[in-house]
Amino acid sequence: MNFSKSFRNTFLVILLSLIVSACATKTTTTKVEGQMQGDVYTGTDTVKYLADGVPDRVFFATNESILTTKSRDTLRKQANWLRENSNINVVVEGHADERGTREYNLALGERRANAAKDYLITYGISADRISVISYGKERPVDSGSNPLSWSKNRRSVTVKAN
Amino acid sequence: MIKIFNLTLFVIFFSITKANSLIEIDITRGNLDPLPIAVSPLFQDEISNKNSISELKIENIGSEISSVVENNLKTSGLFNPLSKDAFLQKPDIAHLKPRFEDWALIKAQALITGKVTIENKKLKVEFRLWDILAGREMMALAFTTVPSNWRRVGHIISDKVYERLTGEKGYFDTRVIYVSEEGPKTARVKKLAIMDQDGFNTKYLTLGNELVLTPRFNPTSQMVTYLSYFKNLPRVYLLDIETGTQEVVGDFPGMTFAPRFSPDGKKIIMSFAKDGNSDIYTMDLENRIVERITNHPSIDTSPSYSPDSKYITFNSDRSGFQQIYVMKSDGSNVKRISFGKGLYGTPVWSPRGDLIAFTKLHKGKFYIGVMRIDGSGERLLTENYYQEAPSWSPNGRVLIFYRETKSNDKGEGFSAKLWSIDLTGYNERQVQTETDASDPSWSSLLSN
Repeated sequence: MNFSKSFRNTFLVILLSLIVSACATKTTTTKVEGQMQGDVYTGTDTVKYLADGVPDRVFFATNESILTTKSRDTLRKQANWLRENSNINVVVEGHADERGTREYNLALGERRANAAKDYLITYGISADRISVISYGKERPVDSGSNPLSWSKNRRSVTVKAN
Repeated sequence: MIKIFNLTLFVIFFSITKANSLIEIDITRGNLDPLPIAVSPLFQDEISNKNSISELKIENIGSEISSVVENNLKTSGLFNPLSKDAFLQKPDIAHLKPRFEDWALIKAQALITGKVTIENKKLKVEFRLWDILAGREMMALAFTTVPSNWRRVGHIISDKVYERLTGEKGYFDTRVIYVSEEGPKTARVKKLAIMDQDGFNTKYLTLGNELVLTPRFNPTSQMVTYLSYFKNLPRVYLLDIETGTQEVVGDFPGMTFAPRFSPDGKKIIMSFAKDGNSDIYTMDLENRIVERITNHPSIDTSPSYSPDSKYITFNSDRSGFQQIYVMKSDGSNVKRISFGKGLYGTPVWSPRGDLIAFTKLHKGKFYIGVMRIDGSGERLLTENYYQEAPSWSPNGRVLIFYRETKSNDKGEGFSAKLWSIDLTGYNERQVQTETDASDPSWSSLLSN
């Protein structure tokens, strides 16, 4: 059961990354001050660190919960760190930007948090150590109403739970 | 312990002239020609005025009640209350028998007169509605209640006048529950708040210690369902606003959200999110039985029953994007009904049964609109930077929703306010609230 789920997730991630890279070649031109690729935030402005070199958050495209190459890289670092610190449990918070209806965004935040959680599980972290919570659009980190602000808010954040 | 529905109200006499009158209002039309109506201040004698001052700290209570009526009628967009400066007849004399020529002279087509007495801690209000052109009384009513209920009496009079002149139930003796918002965007404090439909008598039902969202009235009782982040566990709650009692709805191992009552008030329909998938569930409030209604790997949320409970409209991204669907209430026969350009969300079934109101996002703009239940006849009522979450007035004629403004890069200039608009697309108005506000839900008529 677990194995097949992990396998499926890995497969999905590979498949999706192919799709993302395929799309990326078409839409690479959108960049705001070099901090966005497509409409995914690539900067570090609001990023905090779980440990040295382990960013706490990953970013998503509008309406998407697909993990980008960079997100997967970040989550692998988180997984390694969690493996080394087996006494620590985490909460993955899922967030959306303000340009969507409240209820749909709650579901979207939950979907994003679970995308991150599943990836951590794929890299060997026990599901028991990871809980998720969606805040929808209720807890933006950047209060601007512009594409860059929204991209920083479309995120999942891994937070120490103990 | 919030006790706000402790009304005892006695209708003493009730006479409505059924004979054909000359005035009537067609409310299906855009209200370009509101009916000129004179609302004479309700008359009171010296003793009642003294009692009003001592009991309510209000001077001239009759005039205050008539202001409530005047404001309601004006806000409906269907009436044009005339300036009192032009009135020729004194309130007490007009109430006995208006000189119709005097009122016709100032172009009034209808006239409301009345009398207030406050004695022995009782408020008694009688009023009459007159047809100026036909020169006769159309309706006479009297109420007795506790003096603190004086605003409600104004709302009930408004409903009676609205119903008599339009042929449809009014919506003035109602309340709106909403989320009061304060503080910066990144650390918003949200509380449940309830107020009269006209923005008065605001009461806060939670303290703001935890995030609360999307309160909705039970159409048949003083219960509310909403989403609370109490102890950081987002769950659907039930709140009795008379007793203040709260409880979690069901025992779900994850987030429950987007709750609404069934039309008979006996079930709650909501979304349950688990492992990145949201589906729709119901819980029977009597036997606590939970039923799964949708089972699809997409996001299914924002469910709303048809008034006959046979169908459910909901929001799903199973096509790849947010769209509106209708299914039978057991979850069978799922059909997509929104096919216009853009994304569609927050479907709510009209209490009249024939329309579904929704939020639409297209090319960076948000719209509130309505469509027929098969998805045809889409009409967008209002366009703005951000607005969503329409809720119907109990007579299905008006929608209330919330609107947010764009902030600058520092987050300044942000606000969230309640607005209302007629089904016709006319008469868009901001609804007065003490604080910023969102997620409004309109109650049923409190009196019938």
